[in-house]
Amino acid sequence: MGVNWLVKFPSEEWIKEFCKRLNENKEYEEAAKNWEGDFLFIVTPDEGLDKEYVFYVDLWHGKCREARLLKSRDEKKTEFIYEGPYSNWKKLIKGEIDPIKGLLTRKFKLKGSMMKVMRATKAAKELVATASKVPTEFI
Amino acid sequence: MWFFTSPRTIVFGEGALEHLKELEGKRVFIVTDKVLRELGIVEKVVEQLKETGMEIRIFDEVEPEPSKQTVEKGAKVLSEFEPDWIIGLGGGSCMDAAKAMWVLYERPDLTIDDINPFEKLNLRKKARLINIPTTSGTGADVTWAVVITDTERKVKLELASREVVADISILDPALVIDLPPKLTADTGMDALVHAIEAYTVQWKNDFSDALALRAIQLIFKYLPRAFKNGKNDLEAREKMHNAATMSGLAFGNSQIGIVHAMGHSFGAVFKIPHGRSVAVFLPYVIEYNLSEVANLYAEIAEAIGITDGTNEEKAKKLVEAVRNLMKEIEEPLSIKDMGISREEFEAKLDELVEKANESTGTIVNPRVPSEEDYRKLFLYTYEGKSIDF
Repeated sequence: MGVNWLVKFPSEEWIKEFCKRLNENKEYEEAAKNWEGDFLFIVTPDEGLDKEYVFYVDLWHGKCREARLLKSRDEKKTEFIYEGPYSNWKKLIKGEIDPIKGLLTRKFKLKGSMMKVMRATKAAKELVATASKVPTEFI
Repeated sequence: MWFFTSPRTIVFGEGALEHLKELEGKRVFIVTDKVLRELGIVEKVVEQLKETGMEIRIFDEVEPEPSKQTVEKGAKVLSEFEPDWIIGLGGGSCMDAAKAMWVLYERPDLTIDDINPFEKLNLRKKARLINIPTTSGTGADVTWAVVITDTERKVKLELASREVVADISILDPALVIDLPPKLTADTGMDALVHAIEAYTVQWKNDFSDALALRAIQLIFKYLPRAFKNGKNDLEAREKMHNAATMSGLAFGNSQIGIVHAMGHSFGAVFKIPHGRSVAVFLPYVIEYNLSEVANLYAEIAEAIGITDGTNEEKAKKLVEAVRNLMKEIEEPLSIKDMGISREEFEAKLDELVEKANESTGTIVNPRVPSEEDYRKLFLYTYEGKSIDF
């Protein structure tokens, strides 16, 4: 008899698992070795999600230094905000949306230096690949 | 969901330049370079514009691989002249410079770095843009890419916005009839790379595929003719001119891949003209990508008449066909053939890899290279060694 271990998304537990796996991802570490910048990942309500979830993620030179669920988007000022509805986050995590194409087609919004992000597309790809590896149960 | 963005009007074929007589407005500003002025090409455009009665101003200071400084200077002149029409006349450098200058003219509150797909630029309140290519070509007349060199960081800024796609593109083969063979070869290969990359990257779609495939057929057929006897072969010039724009529409609505990621990096570091700096990587990248998309290369091979064999065999014959084409038009088949010493090349290898890694072409390539893969790709292309990893 096995244990079915799935992490609910969105949740504090999920973002902590994501951060842990990111720190184990050598390809991310290589792609993001020069990256300095923290994020709010904001999941806005739709499709069964009844409130906004705000994650804080601090990414520094290929590592995730901190990740946690915040009470609100006003709780912390960050260099970047990546925001989208729950339905699109589900698709992103399942690998059905490319993160950059998602921005270009306005499925997600980004606040912060676009130029800096567009020079780090490989790191962005690895972030999403890592998210896809978290064994996830959607709320 | 995706998009297909194109100029509202593309005027092509013999006599296309006469469309300029139809323009209405008070002032028109031409962005070009000194060489085109000396060759009399600017005068051909001015002759047509005279019939409109518009005041004409010419900015001919665009350099190859235009810099931020040139763009900012041109934007300042634009702001003083206040034209209704801006014409980018020349190769990719002039047309991209025109796009960037136009943005800064319409939006003096922005900087060059703000030209990105997520920022609403709200253009066309002061002027509209016409692009007239004089090479066949970069496809810059129809793309939403704007490549400007940051000379301080020695990096090509891959800027982009759908709003900077020109309102009109004019493809008149008379403007390329005297294109020298070397330039014909370099720019023709650029067009081929655009089409092949558009067809094989992850963002490919039905619209870009159709244009890419037809462009590839035209290029294989007409580029050798244009190279060998372009002065007397108007048909070859016209077909190459059309093919270059079709390739531009293809990659502009799909994406570039690692041929361009490496070509941009190499071109910026070693100051090699764009067409030449991308062409050299093409056969090696096809070999590298084979393990992922042999089927797509096989489709391209079939389109140019290579019909025997498995997908992998057809794809390998395509590599051979590309190398044969490059030999026929005297394009260098390796970086060492360009006269760059091994020592000099290896000294810059870290920088080349880092810059290539920053390109969006990296992540949409059918096979996403690691840093180690990039190092090997650069070195194999230097030596002229077929890819075996």
